[in-house]
Amino acid sequence: MGLVVSAIAFLFAMAVAGAAAKRLPQASTVVYGGTAGACALIALWAAVGLAGGGPDAALVLPVGLPWIQAHLRADALSAVFLIVVNLGGITASLFGWGYERAHHDSHGASQDGPVLPLYPLFLAGMNMVLIAADAFTFLLSWEFMSLASWLLVLSTHREPETPKAARLYIIMASFGTACLLLAFGVLATAHGDYSFAAMRAHAPEAGAAALVVVLILLGAGSKAGLVPLHVWLPLAHPAAPSHVSALMSGVMTKVAVYAMIRVLFDLLGEPDWWWGGVTMGFGALTAVMGVLYALMQDDVKRLLAYSTVENIGAIVIALGLALVFKAAHTPVIAALALAAALLHVVNHSLFKSLLFFAAGAMLTATGSRDLNRLGGLIHRMPTTAVLALIGAAAISALPPLNGFVGEWLLFQAILNAPALSEWSLKIEIAVVGAALALATALAAACFVRLYGIAFLGRPRSRAAAEAVEVGRAMRLGMAVPAVLCVVLGVLPTPLIRLFEPALRLLVEAGPFDGRAYQPWFWLAPTSAIGNSYNGLIMLVVIALLSVVLVLGIHRKASDRVRWSIPWGCGFDGPDPAAVTQYTASSFGQPIRRAFGSTVFRARDHVEMPAPGDTRPARLSVTWTDPAWLVVVEPLSRAVTWLADRANRLQFMTIRRYLTLMFLALVVLLVMVAVTQR
Amino acid sequence: MSDLGYDAAHMLGAVVLLMSFALLYQRRLFSLLNVFTMQALALTATAAWQAYSHGEPHLYITALLTLVLKAILIPVALHRIIVKMKIHRSIEPALGIGLTMVAGVSLVTLSILLVLPVTADATALTRENLALSLSVVLLGLLMMISRRNAVSQVVGFMSIENGLILAAVGVAGMPLVVEMSVAFSVMVAFIIFGIFLFHIRERFDTLDMQKIESFRGESD
Repeated sequence: MGLVVSAIAFLFAMAVAGAAAKRLPQASTVVYGGTAGACALIALWAAVGLAGGGPDAALVLPVGLPWIQAHLRADALSAVFLIVVNLGGITASLFGWGYERAHHDSHGASQDGPVLPLYPLFLAGMNMVLIAADAFTFLLSWEFMSLASWLLVLSTHREPETPKAARLYIIMASFGTACLLLAFGVLATAHGDYSFAAMRAHAPEAGAAALVVVLILLGAGSKAGLVPLHVWLPLAHPAAPSHVSALMSGVMTKVAVYAMIRVLFDLLGEPDWWWGGVTMGFGALTAVMGVLYALMQDDVKRLLAYSTVENIGAIVIALGLALVFKAAHTPVIAALALAAALLHVVNHSLFKSLLFFAAGAMLTATGSRDLNRLGGLIHRMPTTAVLALIGAAAISALPPLNGFVGEWLLFQAILNAPALSEWSLKIEIAVVGAALALATALAAACFVRLYGIAFLGRPRSRAAAEAVEVGRAMRLGMAVPAVLCVVLGVLPTPLIRLFEPALRLLVEAGPFDGRAYQPWFWLAPTSAIGNSYNGLIMLVVIALLSVVLVLGIHRKASDRVRWSIPWGCGFDGPDPAAVTQYTASSFGQPIRRAFGSTVFRARDHVEMPAPGDTRPARLSVTWTDPAWLVVVEPLSRAVTWLADRANRLQFMTIRRYLTLMFLALVVLLVMVAVTQR
Repeated sequence: MSDLGYDAAHMLGAVVLLMSFALLYQRRLFSLLNVFTMQALALTATAAWQAYSHGEPHLYITALLTLVLKAILIPVALHRIIVKMKIHRSIEPALGIGLTMVAGVSLVTLSILLVLPVTADATALTRENLALSLSVVLLGLLMMISRRNAVSQVVGFMSIENGLILAAVGVAGMPLVVEMSVAFSVMVAFIIFGIFLFHIRERFDTLDMQKIESFRGESD
């Protein structure tokens, strides 16, 4: 524990070093190197602890409010998330180091706000949330993490969209923290003790627990991006520099998931059956909506942010299932669902980081995030293209990559629905399963679209045509998560074994309980109804089939004479505006027609010039976000209205102010007098 | 404690409270100051009586401070300010006198209802004393909001402070340092108030808060 705390202290030291960046010539190397080192240390500590049966280290620091102190504790659950956060921290540091240098060279010195001092602070904040063991420390760290990431978003303040994104982000972050504050307040009312140990010992009664569940789903959900609280996420995540986007999207949302697990599984005691039902419902809505949004985006980073919303939906579905099965006293199935959730947490942090890095590499190489200005990058950036392909395949849940394993486990848990007794839950789980299947399929379409438009075809702009491969550090930063994606996909069992202490802590069972034969290369959970997964066989079969396919195509097709039209409609030569190509919007159109016209009120407008007019015909697409209409706009109107009313308080006379204070005092005294009776 | 000690302390405390009520219905600035002086004298007597009956000599210092500051220095200074600045000598109440008195009585009821159950295990004198001093504090606040004149707001503030001192001398064991610091903070507050009064007067030619408020460009 001392090691973790000193590593976090070291992160703070790195922030100081980053603040002195102007004086130190090698500041970025020092800061990114030091941050990666500290993260590696914490991740290693957590992994060793988990391998040894789950760490349980506690520490009380004499800081904070004098009579409360700061309680820190790292148990198995914290350790799992410490690994996720710090693994993300290591790769992001590696990539960020290269990214910063590349941008430094091309744009000159101080185009953007400072990233160096804030970057280690952001990581330190996330680590502190994970080891906090009282509500006060937790909320302080949570807010610290939010503010650090908010400042990082603001570092690109010269771009026109950033201020709006940052404003929305800070509002949603404050809202989330307020909900969490209330939730912990309710949890602590029974005994007045804000430490997690005391909350665990005194589970609240049913009404209070229901309130806590709702508040946690709102508070942590707004940070994780649950629909309809996700509105800030696709604006704020892409606004930050790419390695920070990767951290925010791949890692910070996981810290929010941690908060949900910590409260719902650990602090609240025995769950009620409907908690899982509500959680799952939100998860399913989030998954489907998230991927539909993603399919309509042309901005690469915004597309990835929406895809994060979808993946958070899948994770929350798994959490809901685990809650349901925990409440139904079938702990082994609950352990399976929770293992799926944790595995997906790890997986998503890996491939989402990888894809954001790839987006950063495209941005570095071409200066654009607009899909319709990319294309043909596979020829100019071969390494990035291969690594991005791995990421895209993994997030589309293709075997033998890690995304598939996570979804597979999740569906095994869903197939266990008949074991429940509540009929409403059985039906809900069936619906949720269908929604998840739809979301997964749509996600695959979404990433085919992303990869096909960005890397295949012909360049759609001069910048894309002249792109050059990014530097070694950035490529290495992408390669690490890519390799991990493959390794975890082929051999997931050791990782799930590593998580077992956390599962035992939360649901008092492991996914492999009661199985005698459990080899490390075979994934066969007890409650998977006889199903099992072997990544090695999968890998070999897919490799063989691929070889056969490639050879076949090469033999039969490559050397055939091909006929084509001499007037190729602009396809001849690198036309900088190869407008006749299939575009991102073209690719999304069928799905937009099928779903978007009802959900998003998407409309196509064709502007056809009159015969003889030389203007080109134009197709424009308009769509509206229902979350904005239903949640954000009424809320913002209400806030404005309240602010206008409250504004009067600003202009009262001294006597009125005194009167208000006096009345408040009298009312409080009356309340005290009444409650004493 | 002897019955005499209790009765005398109780009576003196009640006089302080009575003076607070008297402050509420004064219509002239000078009579306001006179009542305030009497309240300070009653407070001095309370402190001295407590010092005598409990045998705690440091309370004599409190009594002396109260006498010098509250009963002599501040009233005299305010008197001089009023004369020097030729302040209009009537007070315009923002709240009718009758209503103010009703509010005052209900505040006293409130504080008795509040203090007596809380301090069930304390001695009778402490309980009475706390109830009395809380009433004095609340009445001081009431006075500050029910008067439009700046001088009467200053007096209201000072009488709040009297209530605090009353609580301090009644409760055994309050350290001298606390009383000293309260006394000095009041002194500082008084000086600041004085300076403000002069400045307000110089700028706006009046000390009627209602007229001053119109200078902010807002009206209520």
